[in-house]
Amino acid sequence: MLFDALTLGLGYNASLVTLGATALGIAAGVTGTFLYLRKRALVSDAISHATLPGVALAFIVAVALGGDGRSLPVLLLGSAISAGLGLLAVQWLATRTRLTEDAAIGAVLSVFFGLGIVLLTVIQTLATAGQAGLEDFLLGSTAGMLRSEALLIAVGGALTLALTLILRRPMLMTAFDPAHAGAMGVNLNRTDIAMMGLVMAVTVVGLKIVGLILIVALLIIPPVAARFWSDRADRVVLLSGLIGGASGWIGAAISASAADVPTGPVIVLVAFVLFSLSFFLAPGRGVMAAALNAFAFRRRVHLRQGLLSLAHGQPIYESLTLRLLHRQGYAGRDGVPTDAGCAAAARARLDEERWAVVRADPSLELAAARYDGLTPLQEVLTADQVAEIDSRRARPEAAT
Amino acid sequence: MVLVPKLAAESGRPVRLPEPAAAFAVRGLTVSYGQKPAVFSVDMNVPEGSMTGIIGPNGAGKSTLLKAALGLQSALAGGATAFGRPVAEVRDRIAYVPQRASVDWDFPTRVIDVVEMGLYRDVGLLGRFRPRHRAKATDALARVGMTDFAGRQIGQLSGGQQQRVFLARALAQSADLYLLDEPFAGVDAATEKAIIAVLKGLKDEGKTVVAVHHDLSTVTAYFDRVLLLNVRKIAEGPVGEAFTAETLREAYGGRLVTAEVPGLVAAV
Repeated sequence: MLFDALTLGLGYNASLVTLGATALGIAAGVTGTFLYLRKRALVSDAISHATLPGVALAFIVAVALGGDGRSLPVLLLGSAISAGLGLLAVQWLATRTRLTEDAAIGAVLSVFFGLGIVLLTVIQTLATAGQAGLEDFLLGSTAGMLRSEALLIAVGGALTLALTLILRRPMLMTAFDPAHAGAMGVNLNRTDIAMMGLVMAVTVVGLKIVGLILIVALLIIPPVAARFWSDRADRVVLLSGLIGGASGWIGAAISASAADVPTGPVIVLVAFVLFSLSFFLAPGRGVMAAALNAFAFRRRVHLRQGLLSLAHGQPIYESLTLRLLHRQGYAGRDGVPTDAGCAAAARARLDEERWAVVRADPSLELAAARYDGLTPLQEVLTADQVAEIDSRRARPEAAT
Repeated sequence: MVLVPKLAAESGRPVRLPEPAAAFAVRGLTVSYGQKPAVFSVDMNVPEGSMTGIIGPNGAGKSTLLKAALGLQSALAGGATAFGRPVAEVRDRIAYVPQRASVDWDFPTRVIDVVEMGLYRDVGLLGRFRPRHRAKATDALARVGMTDFAGRQIGQLSGGQQQRVFLARALAQSADLYLLDEPFAGVDAATEKAIIAVLKGLKDEGKTVVAVHHDLSTVTAYFDRVLLLNVRKIAEGPVGEAFTAETLREAYGGRLVTAEVPGLVAAV
């Protein structure tokens, strides 16, 4: 069943939803990365909550004009307008008053959301036919999604993605070093507004599938998860798009293959699972890698210290050091060095002496900066450089 | 003040020789935070090919002066020109090195990526990175002795190395005017030497260098001109004339700073 859903074999509607959710996930992941790197992730929460009064007002206006209140383009247009107003309000409060951005976000988010809820209640009491369904924008609903709606979401997501990729350089430069970017002629204000506009577009596009309360998760979780895997911004952007897209795809498939499981929340939960995997398993920045690295580092330090002690004929007291030496075959249980141990100790001592020469020479400052007491000099300098160091080590008076 | 000789053309009308445009000029610049001016009505003239230090106590508005001149901070009055034209029109010829502390060094970017950001005006919004761009970036890294670190994440660098990367990003721009904000703050002795060598090399090529600087003991060794600033301009000119015990006392408000400066002690 889940396999059918994943391979789009579960009927027309489910396939539409899955493709729409994937497009949305990719767009949200990529756009969200720039927001995250600019350290303004929470602004997206204000933007998304500010869509609600727009949705409600668009419905009221459409019905009053005798149109179809549930037309998705109309509702999305309304949501975009009120989200834009909310964004302007946050910007204005943060830059023109003494309120900080987090306070501005809190104020705008709650006021707009409150207004939206009131308007929804008003609509319910209007008792016109077809008012049902607006609450779906809170948490998203994909039941009975129309082809035109799925197309709107996919095209909107693709457009947003394209614009984000076009603006990637100024957005990255502004996120990393706004002062330098500004001096290079990047218009900081316009870049920030464009970035927020793109986030707004993703939010509006995602209202139908994920809903306004959870869309922020799709904007933030993928980039944060992707950050664990790479130290390069371009790769973080790419990975974030992949993680977002995978969340949309798998989440929509799960929700299609099980009865009564809401799509939006499942998509967010899938994103969270991907985040957790990254958090624990990613090499380098992941929790497990960090623990393993710390453990390996500890062992290397103990082994090195033990070898240097052997080289200098000093006794070893630490049991971990003794155990490591024994396990490597460098010493007996009593700490008496084996032949291999003597050789390794001599190597460690030689390396230490070479490093001493390097660290005493200002012209080798860059190499000396890599001294950590563990890395053999051969891994830092070329063979001829090491030979030159050795010649100086042999004749200390010639070094000066 | 440069006196421009007046010549008469054959038509009899006086002809003004074009005044040698200053590489960097600030006119009546005032910047304020709230109601408190940080920089008040400052004029500054930096001749081409000179090396100028902007000196002053903490809170004197040194960094603010540079930021406002570059349009990074809105000015209440006044503005800046470079090579006789508004700064905004000649950004191609200006390289700016902000304070190292202004950046999040955990940002997912490698050393070479940072240097390549200096090529943005070359490459453009959508242009491709070509081999000649790569060559420029690696050459700039080599000039600050950081070739071996090209692939490192910037957070793994020491403070001095980070400053070198910032300088390399500016070098990649191949600008004519270099504005540096505290390039020697928190760097090791070797880096300070390397940076000053690069800056002096730029000057020898005829480029213009302006640096915010706080270490009084090295001013005479590093710069040929100074601007002494404490919200207002205290003194400006060649180091020998403007950097004296008297101007220092005025800038630093009577605090005992002259003892820090070799050669000035006798004058106190």
